[in-house]
Amino acid sequence: MTYRADRLILAHFGVAFAAFALAILLGAWQMTVRSGLEPAFTSPEAYFASVTAHGTIMGYVMPTLFIMGFGYFVSVTTLDRPLPSLRLAWAGFWLVIVGVAMALPAVFSGKATVLYTFYPPLTGSVFYYLGLVLVVVGSWFWVGLMIWAMAGWKKDNPGKPVPLAMYGNVANAFLWLWTTVGVAVELLFQVIPASLGWTQTIDIGLARTLFAWTLHPIVYFWLLPAYIVFYTIAPRAAGGRLYSDMMGRLSFLLLVLYSLPVGMHHLFMDPEHGTGFKFLQMMLTVLVTVPTLLTIFTIGASMEIAGRLRGGKGLFGWIGALPWDRPMVLATCLSFVLLGFGGFGGIINMSYGMNAMIHNTSWVTAHFHLIYGGTVVIMYFAIAYEFWPKLVGREPLSLKPIRLQLWMWAIGMVVTTFPWHILGLEGQPRRVATFDYTNPMIAHWQNWTIVSMIGGYILLTSGLLFVWNLLTLYRGAEADRQMHYAVAVYPPHRVPSALNGFDLCNGLVLFLMLMAYGYPVAQFFFIKDYPALVHRVDLGN
Amino acid sequence: MAPITNEQELQKTEFRWAMIVTGAVTVLFAVIGISSFVMALHPPSHVESIDPATVSQSKEFAESNLGTSVDPDGAVTVRIIATQFAFVPRCIPVPQGKPVTIRVTSPDVIHGFLIAGTNANTMVVPGYVAEVRTVFGTAGDHLMPCHEFCGLGHSEMWALVRVVPQAQWQTDADGKARCDISR
Repeated sequence: MTYRADRLILAHFGVAFAAFALAILLGAWQMTVRSGLEPAFTSPEAYFASVTAHGTIMGYVMPTLFIMGFGYFVSVTTLDRPLPSLRLAWAGFWLVIVGVAMALPAVFSGKATVLYTFYPPLTGSVFYYLGLVLVVVGSWFWVGLMIWAMAGWKKDNPGKPVPLAMYGNVANAFLWLWTTVGVAVELLFQVIPASLGWTQTIDIGLARTLFAWTLHPIVYFWLLPAYIVFYTIAPRAAGGRLYSDMMGRLSFLLLVLYSLPVGMHHLFMDPEHGTGFKFLQMMLTVLVTVPTLLTIFTIGASMEIAGRLRGGKGLFGWIGALPWDRPMVLATCLSFVLLGFGGFGGIINMSYGMNAMIHNTSWVTAHFHLIYGGTVVIMYFAIAYEFWPKLVGREPLSLKPIRLQLWMWAIGMVVTTFPWHILGLEGQPRRVATFDYTNPMIAHWQNWTIVSMIGGYILLTSGLLFVWNLLTLYRGAEADRQMHYAVAVYPPHRVPSALNGFDLCNGLVLFLMLMAYGYPVAQFFFIKDYPALVHRVDLGN
Repeated sequence: MAPITNEQELQKTEFRWAMIVTGAVTVLFAVIGISSFVMALHPPSHVESIDPATVSQSKEFAESNLGTSVDPDGAVTVRIIATQFAFVPRCIPVPQGKPVTIRVTSPDVIHGFLIAGTNANTMVVPGYVAEVRTVFGTAGDHLMPCHEFCGLGHSEMWALVRVVPQAQWQTDADGKARCDISR
């Protein structure tokens, strides 16, 4: 590749993973508190500030910065042209950094202990909310640059298919733009005015609905880079080809469409919505499984091609023939397995009848840690291991610690989350700092909580080994800096415009969002409802 | 490349998989549809508003009216206020094997509860009355933790649901039932 933005991308990845290391440390500590083994260091102030910081970093800071860096890398390497404006890209980066520098001190000083989901009418320091707004605004610079980059390339290459990785990348940019609308409106029109003291009450039904708008698709925003890599890097890493380029495009498009109008499944147990729209959004949620099932098939088939090219025979012989020593192949497989576990839990959550068994229990925590940590972050590791050598021009010293790190992460995820599933079914609520294990009714919860704490420390060790692996890279031999993507078995010469751009996609999203959220949002302006009084958490007691 | 000889074959395989996906999604739709419409399993979705500022002055959620009441027609209703950081009342007796309606609201922030070992579960959002209808099958004590972060005292916010066998079920002259937490 001729054009580069290495420093920009490394800056994004560097801050993302530094914040990540801090957040997993907090996660392991939180599990220690819950286990009841170390009551000396336990206070609700520290615990809930830690939960807020863990969620804020893992939900908003780490993935946003990582995905921005990932997008810049994909744009430059697939289009083989510079970013439309390096200056705007840096401006976006610095906005995010300033935002983080405003939000995290507010959290760690205990002035914004509202969890990353805000939960108005609890109201904390305005610096927390303004900081997050800056993070989002900074990421909008990235959205604009990705759309601009693709538009410029298409203009110079009329009729040619946009490279698949870039197509997925721009799909994610549009997805993120739609996703952020809900939380941006909630923060700007409800939470921040309250936090500044301009308003004394907040309409909680509206706030929860707007947050639900964001809360589901944000997960797909995190997930899309993993999917892009499944299609465009993993098949090549395995020594084969992508089974179908078109299926990749279709999956990306469907992920944008079906991940957006479904957030109300987070509100199944809420009293401010009737069953009608809960049912509608549940049905739409079922459809999110479609792009995932298509992906499992296409990537499975691509891997089979690779295995057979490497001499694998028979119905399953190709699996053993795959190059398991390569981190990308190993991570893809582990990610799929953990996606299976996480997806199973998710199907229970999205069925609004069964959800009543486990709503707001540790089961839910288990589900989203499997999806986020198990499926998404393990692929972020693999992406870092793939891109970092290209960015710094160095080969890893050895693949062994890399494989060890990936295995430890996957095992840590299982050890952490399987006990949570069991505890959730027994009614253990999430987001509770300490349990009275002397109460015989819940005494038996402690052993499982200790098991998941051990899982937390396995994850922490793996996370630190990841950082170590990246640092030791700088001592490696000189590497080839050229990035190669997987080629489809039958590379497309022409694709329908619906799968080469996003006009139709955005039109359909608009329609689906109006259908799914039009009434649920509008009802708060005509039903007789009462706002709640603001409850400040940052003014002392 | 052994597995694929031409593009048509590839598309045929994809089509077959698409049929499997359609089948899987249809099964999911059917399971949810049947449980919703035939078995009438719906989440609590009782859009009923109440002013959180005056909850305790309302007739229904006045302190004397909280807890378990049995109407003359035998209907059992439990009224609870969820507030930072307690449920009022803290001990909730209910008769075993009879339909029970639980009505909860919050005067301050968001709460929620589940009753361990049952499917009773709801969010409690200030401004709304959450209503859960259920039947308690097993006699004995069930923990009822607040399951949504409501502030620094959240971890201490627990109530107890005591499911009483019908033979031992008693109410006073006003149709109220009470219990004590002693442990």
